[in-house]
Amino acid sequence: MPSSPLLPKLMKAHGVSRRSFLKYCASLTSLMALPPAMAPRVAYALETAPRPSVIWLSFQECTGCTEAITRSSAPSLEELIFDAISLDYHHTLQAASGAAAEHAREAAMKEHWGKYLVIVDGSIPLDEPGYSAIAGISNLDMLKETAEGAAAIVSVGTCAAYGGLPQANPNPTGAGAVSDIIKDKPIINVPGCPPIPMVMTAVLAHYLTFGIPDLDELGRPKAFFAESIHDRCYRRPFYDKGLFAEGFDDEGARAGWCLYKLGCKGPTTKSVCATVKWNDGTSFPIEAGHGCLGCTEPDFWDNGGFYKPLSAPAGNYRRVGQAAVIAGVAAGAGGAYLARKGKADALANHETVDAFTLEKEEKES
Amino acid sequence: MNNPNFDLLMFARGPLFDFALLVFVAGVLIRVVEILVLGRKKDFSKAKGKPVQQGIKTIFTRTLPRPGAIKANPITIVGGYVFHIGFFIAFLLFVPHIALIEELTGLSWPGVGRVIIESSTVLAVIAGLALLYTRWRDPVRRKLTTWVDYLVLVLSLLPLITGYVAVNKLFGDPTFMMALHILSVDILMIVFPFTKLMHAFTFAMARYYNGSIQGRKGAES
Amino acid sequence: MRNSSKSGADLVQLMGAVANLPTGNALPILAEIQEALGRLIESGTTAVIDLGSIPFTGGDEKILQEILGDGEVNAVLNAMGESFVQETAIPGVWRVDHYDLQGKTQARFIEVTFIPDILRTQPEDALRGHEMLAERLNERTGANEKGG
Repeated sequence: MPSSPLLPKLMKAHGVSRRSFLKYCASLTSLMALPPAMAPRVAYALETAPRPSVIWLSFQECTGCTEAITRSSAPSLEELIFDAISLDYHHTLQAASGAAAEHAREAAMKEHWGKYLVIVDGSIPLDEPGYSAIAGISNLDMLKETAEGAAAIVSVGTCAAYGGLPQANPNPTGAGAVSDIIKDKPIINVPGCPPIPMVMTAVLAHYLTFGIPDLDELGRPKAFFAESIHDRCYRRPFYDKGLFAEGFDDEGARAGWCLYKLGCKGPTTKSVCATVKWNDGTSFPIEAGHGCLGCTEPDFWDNGGFYKPLSAPAGNYRRVGQAAVIAGVAAGAGGAYLARKGKADALANHETVDAFTLEKEEKES
Repeated sequence: MNNPNFDLLMFARGPLFDFALLVFVAGVLIRVVEILVLGRKKDFSKAKGKPVQQGIKTIFTRTLPRPGAIKANPITIVGGYVFHIGFFIAFLLFVPHIALIEELTGLSWPGVGRVIIESSTVLAVIAGLALLYTRWRDPVRRKLTTWVDYLVLVLSLLPLITGYVAVNKLFGDPTFMMALHILSVDILMIVFPFTKLMHAFTFAMARYYNGSIQGRKGAES
Repeated sequence: MRNSSKSGADLVQLMGAVANLPTGNALPILAEIQEALGRLIESGTTAVIDLGSIPFTGGDEKILQEILGDGEVNAVLNAMGESFVQETAIPGVWRVDHYDLQGKTQARFIEVTFIPDILRTQPEDALRGHEMLAERLNERTGANEKGG
């Protein structure tokens, strides 16, 4: 596929007016969480950006991320974005399989060496490469080989970004994230289980138009992972008022009270779930009545239980507490006994002294 | 990839909290049980008053300052009240704290809104700093103060300050500030049994003893 | 369900009501609009506010609508789905709502401007229009010549 400006042609082919293009750019700018004043720059970038080749690698994953992105909400937008890239390899979506599929990947790599974009979903087993392999090639080898000629890598989903579910304690496959293995390429992490489809496409759109977006210290685009869900939550006013649901079906939960006590991880989770929302902007987990699980954060599976309040201790405190009570009482009683005994002994050993003995001692010394 | 802030939070909520709880509960029990078991020398004289009643009464009456004390040391008395009341409102009526207590003990009660919690916190911190300042300014009290006393005062203020910063996202990563907040509480729990912080438990015993001694002699508080 | 008297429909309605509770963001947005309108008058600087970038529920929309009201211009674009471009009762403040071909909301903007750019005919489209008109005229005159 020749690398040439993509959208003007596409627009013409679809009989789309310039006005539609401007509307598309305005919506895209909003989607990318850029300030509206950037819309003309988005338009310019789209008019001049070449169409990149994309290789999508799926490793230890559940295909949920692919499911999500292919069902992303506003088809006219995402269709255009997918028209704007050339998806040359995706073993779940492509018609070819086995050796033919691998040939497609190798051909795309050869043709676009140094320029193609690699999207990864799923983590990579490091204990034993044989745990996960495609066409006889281990995930580790395929990632290393494909990443070598990539312009950038997008880790889609928490598994690719941080190890995710496969890495959860006790991590039987020794699963690792893309960033644990590849150190010399720019990596954009788009975590989530799955990520919000619109966020995935917006990150791709950003890459197409402006290149690598601003990333936070965990490799996430700041546009979508700068604020906690808690800060943008519509239930936040109830947190501030001190109104909390005690159960998933009590009056408070129905009245929209805060789900903190039911284990919501919103305060420590960064994502735009509360504003961009899911399923065509219908709702998001907290709106559906369930606390946030924190799926955009590393190790979210092992962070102290989904239904435990964030402020509650995460460890083995109950047994520790019981042991402390027994030990404390025993030690206290023991200490007191020793002190009493000491007192009694002191009393028993007490020698009476009179003035004569003192005088005598003084003279002797 | 790990989130070091989250790892610190999990350490503060996890193993360190367990250790702090062990030290706190066992330490407090050791000291309280020891005092109770030691007891006092039996007084064989005939009681002239009502020792038990007076003892219990004194636990409460000593909560109020004696006449003239406010005039003599206004900042110490008023600051002391504001600090203690503010600390306990922030500690016992903030719902995430109630969630913690409920998790530990099964006991729960309704909390209050952010306005009350945060103004109490701010007032308590200001009062604490004022107490620190007067203690340091007064040459007599400065002489009487050991480094542990300063440490205890600072350690009691830290949870208030870090909590306020974490909830309001004033600076730093909020997860990191939350971890610092819980860490500061862990440390407070660990030093608690070995410092004058024990007064939170022993004040009642001391007041009861004083009250009952005087009560036995016929005095009324 | 603890309260069995509540039917499923009631619950759905209740949840809808909860999700539409105002977030308190309408008034700050209105203050921003007021400031932007001042700048428009002073220096002609236009401003666009993206309502999709902040929590903005149906309840907030209601407050916004109550205060801004309906104005004189009400345009519908047919460009890859409908777009509604409406001047509010506050002249200079426009609502621009983009919908996709399925009728789902794509983006919601407040524009503070004398005329939203999207209403103008774009030079590229005018160019194409110029060509199209020439073609059509050609067709007509060509047909006339044949007929005559």
